[in-house]
Amino acid sequence: MEMKQLVCIGCPLGCNLNVTIEDDKTISVTGNTCPRGADYARKEMTDPRRIVTSSVKVTGGHLASVSVKTESDIPKGKIFDCVKALREVELTAPVSIGQIVLENVADTGVNVIATKNIYTDN
Amino acid sequence: MKIVDIAIIGGGPAGLAAAVAAREEGVQNILIIERDNELGGILNQCIHNGFGLHTFKEELTGPEYAGRYIEKVKEMEIPYLLHTIVIDIADNKVITVMNKEQGMFQIEAKAVILAMGCRERSRGALNIPGYRPAGIYSSGTAQRYVNMEGRMPGRKVVILGSGDIGLIMARRMTLEGAEVKVVAELMPYSGGLKRNIVQCLDDFGIPLKLSHTVVDIKGKKRVEGVTLAKVDENRRPIPGTEEFYECDTLLLSCGLIPENEISSQMGVELNPVTSGPVVNESLETNVEGVFACGNVLHVHDLVDYVSEEAKKAGENAAAYVQGSLKENRRQIPLKGENGVRYTVPCSIDVGRMEEKQVVRFRVGNVYKDKYLCIYYNDECISRKKKRVMAPGEMEQVILLKSKLEEHGDLERITIRLEEA
Repeated sequence: MEMKQLVCIGCPLGCNLNVTIEDDKTISVTGNTCPRGADYARKEMTDPRRIVTSSVKVTGGHLASVSVKTESDIPKGKIFDCVKALREVELTAPVSIGQIVLENVADTGVNVIATKNIYTDN
Repeated sequence: MKIVDIAIIGGGPAGLAAAVAAREEGVQNILIIERDNELGGILNQCIHNGFGLHTFKEELTGPEYAGRYIEKVKEMEIPYLLHTIVIDIADNKVITVMNKEQGMFQIEAKAVILAMGCRERSRGALNIPGYRPAGIYSSGTAQRYVNMEGRMPGRKVVILGSGDIGLIMARRMTLEGAEVKVVAELMPYSGGLKRNIVQCLDDFGIPLKLSHTVVDIKGKKRVEGVTLAKVDENRRPIPGTEEFYECDTLLLSCGLIPENEISSQMGVELNPVTSGPVVNESLETNVEGVFACGNVLHVHDLVDYVSEEAKKAGENAAAYVQGSLKENRRQIPLKGENGVRYTVPCSIDVGRMEEKQVVRFRVGNVYKDKYLCIYYNDECISRKKKRVMAPGEMEQVILLKSKLEEHGDLERITIRLEEA
């Protein structure tokens, strides 16, 4: 049996989680105040993942860049590949929230989407 | 002169939520005054996720969260001015504003909602010795450069202060290829949220040095390095503990200060602890018809709470202009002591309060296994054990109108920490 203490990153409350991993690999979680905490702890022990946010270039918009995020979390080990791939992307205004910016980023099966509306600059 | 029912100073999360709430209460003639070139305020540069779990029950990025409110403001056709700065509010609520198209002009408001947000503590306010080379930025400035303007402030970075923006920028700069060498924090505890230590520092192996500060900055034209030293319990550097870090950039994340110059000019009383206005249960300042919400009132950790607070300010301002805000009869002072640094609100009129009054506060140190107590006069009416409380995390208690009404002789309410 293994015990581990984690801080949940699901929201800014930052609950202290106590994780117990039994010898048969079953994981139990206490200290969470919502179901996200238990999900986070299980994932963190088996397949740690993160949502990645960045920004990419835009031409012809009211701003020169637009903020983006991975539509769902991706493996921690793919974070740098994801940001690197986004550096090559250049969009043309207008851009709308939710628009796909890059499909299947770094072979994660996850799309990157825009998180801000960019209007054409005129 | 243009006359409006409610003028809202600032189009960030607080101003937007206040505007939406006031319109929902039926006030037509509202004006939001924003100095930036778009609505949304600081959320526009907070491109990371983690916003909105309380408000929208989903995890959004800053721009998405702002986008939801901007959409509502546009749908409701609430008027707003961009690129427009308020330079003065007189105590008769005549607002002097300025922009490129119209020059300087005045607007008369029946009610004013202060929603100007806060500002970062600057190098000048920190008394860091050394030259004044290029390469020293507040974390928020660096955040705007990287996230909105596509510019990198530097390649080798030291961060002073463990406020949330500093932690978020440690990750962001790392992802964009910079080497973040260390985050130094003067206090023996972090000023940021625990989750940000985990996902912004621990994830990338960036060390956090508590009880450390910058004692020297090397470089005349550009930062060449900084010297950190450990500090004692009185926050004085300990000789012999100096350590030099070669870097080209120093980011400062050393606290946020509500931006209240125009508030104090108009005679709004400020709380010296928060640097925000002293407000009553209706979020009304000492100047009748002037309300405050969001980071201009006190610095928040969660935008969700800003929206919640701003909604109340918007509703109360609406009630004020509609003549339905109950008369202010007897304010009972509300005080924090023994570890509780301040409370918002600072006083409560039981006749005016809603059934449930949220009181928010911060503690002055990291406290473990203390009891959070509420006193009516000298009588302790609630005593709750708290496992951990820290200055970086805002706390709250809820006061019930029904309970307060039972105490007719109430002179003061005190929130304090006590030993087991």
